[in-house]
Amino acid sequence: MAATNAIGRMLDSDLWWSFKRSPVTVLSAIVALVCIGGAVLAPLIAPHDPFDLASLQLMDAFKPPAWSAEGDLTYLLGTDDQGRDMLSAIMYGARVSLLVGIFATLFATMLGVAVGLLAGYTGGLVDNVLMRVADIQLTFPSILVALLVDGVVRAALPREVHDQIALFVVIFAIGISEWPKFARTVRGSTLVERNKEYVLAARVIGISRARIMVTHVLPNVLGPVLVVATLNLGLAILAEATLSFLGVGVPPTQPSLGTLIRIGNDFLMSGEWWIAIFPGLALVAMVLSVNLLGDWLRDALNPKLR
Amino acid sequence: MFAFIVSRLLQAIPVMLVVALISFAMFAYVGDPVAIMLGQDFTEAQRAKLVQDLGLDQPFFVQFLKFVANAAQGEFGLSYRLSRPVAELIAERAPATLELAFCAAGLALVVGVPMGVYTGLYRNSWLSRLFLTFSLIGVSLPTFLIGILLILVFSVWLGWLPSFGRGEVVQLGWWSTGFLTWSGIKALILPSITLGLFQLTLIMRLVRAEMLEVLRTDYIKFARARGLGNRAVHFGHALKNTLVPVITIAGLQLGAIIAFAIVTETVFQWPGMGLLFIQSVGVADIPVMAAYLMLIAAVFVTINLVVDLLYYAVDPRLRVDRGVARGH
Repeated sequence: MAATNAIGRMLDSDLWWSFKRSPVTVLSAIVALVCIGGAVLAPLIAPHDPFDLASLQLMDAFKPPAWSAEGDLTYLLGTDDQGRDMLSAIMYGARVSLLVGIFATLFATMLGVAVGLLAGYTGGLVDNVLMRVADIQLTFPSILVALLVDGVVRAALPREVHDQIALFVVIFAIGISEWPKFARTVRGSTLVERNKEYVLAARVIGISRARIMVTHVLPNVLGPVLVVATLNLGLAILAEATLSFLGVGVPPTQPSLGTLIRIGNDFLMSGEWWIAIFPGLALVAMVLSVNLLGDWLRDALNPKLR
Repeated sequence: MFAFIVSRLLQAIPVMLVVALISFAMFAYVGDPVAIMLGQDFTEAQRAKLVQDLGLDQPFFVQFLKFVANAAQGEFGLSYRLSRPVAELIAERAPATLELAFCAAGLALVVGVPMGVYTGLYRNSWLSRLFLTFSLIGVSLPTFLIGILLILVFSVWLGWLPSFGRGEVVQLGWWSTGFLTWSGIKALILPSITLGLFQLTLIMRLVRAEMLEVLRTDYIKFARARGLGNRAVHFGHALKNTLVPVITIAGLQLGAIIAFAIVTETVFQWPGMGLLFIQSVGVADIPVMAAYLMLIAAVFVTINLVVDLLYYAVDPRLRVDRGVARGH
């Protein structure tokens, strides 16, 4: 019963109404679902296993997509230099891209929310110092920060250690490059919330500062964070793809879409265009649909635009 | 004015010091430069001498001060990978990056501003819609993918333009330029478009939004009422007032151009500083990485400073009493 109620409430809500009204949003939601579904279910629905060395046929290397003259129906989008099926490689690659994007955004969100809450609620010197740091970081493009952090960590760790934790390093680098946006958003709303009566009431009855911040102020400042996080997810996926394309991102044993494009780039000049272009299209479809959803969410939740 | 410059300079110093500290920490704690420089066979005496020569036996703070003093003079030591002075390597690569950044920024401004004005003035024409759709694509495509698509179409399929390198360059003193040969100019086209496209769409959207805003204001109505022609109103009155935010964003984007030059240079194998940095990251060539880090920080701090000053020069409201300016 509870479930149907929840669905009924959702179908009745303003959000659902504004969703249905915009064909672009519905379309991007479908594209995003296809991308995410393909990525999550890759081990179940991918036609081949690109990591199963036994099934790789070097004879099948460089097959063009199925619709061209020399194409093969078993490899719908063609194969790469090692005879891996491009469609399967893209599905597995999207998995890595999505994973890094989501965790980097989560990391940036948690760090940014914590800093913003602390700065906004405490005020004074803490606020000054933390926000100055955020401002300074914001003057540098986030991709540059991610690249430098990744480069420094890469140089600092011995190669064997780095290869093992490369995924975490990328997540850390991208997350650390994007927290100031969250901190600024949260600080802004915290400044508004902290003078409201419920906070005053909580203080009067003697609840500790940390508890007021976490249990009272935090839930009330999370709304805008959701929008920033959605828009940030697209950026984080792009940042990961860029790092991997430059060869400093995820390890080659776990290729993401960026890695696949990097590999394909080597064969572009000899005419094997599909190795780079299809992962690129998948990346664009994923990022564009997530961004359009983020735009919609921002407008739908903004009371001024209603 | 003077106080303003001084306060901005004072803000820049801690940023540079923090970046210097990070760079120095990389030097001090990452890898073992002595082992790298000595190679396989060495005696303990050689080792001790090298440690002393490099000043590695001195306290942290002394080493850091030395590092800052050297860095201020552009002295970063030898590249581990190429065994050549880092300053020399960077000076050699700088013209390539700067020419590329200059062309990309020029392209973004020269094409972006007119497109923005047009889409702002005729916002319902089909051409405006085309421009806006195009700008959405420009924003959504990652830089490296734009480069790959351009290479595929113009180098592989059409064979019109080169896909990598700078073509023939002419040496003017220490500066190597690609502007003076036909192949150098041809080699610049695709990388400049790749690097400038995002900035172009950004500037176009910004100018459009500002134009729409300004055209609604009263002084535009008064200018029309005074009988001024479209040309004078659009360019003399409207465009002029959209330029303040455009200058700020365009200036700040110059930094972004230099950052994204890393990506463009990798796609096109453009022999600039970005490619040098990426190659150094791959093999943990710390001196080059540290020098690049400091250089980029210095560039960004300078750009921010210059943009602030320009802002000050362009917007007369900032020049009057600052308290009044803040009041509205």
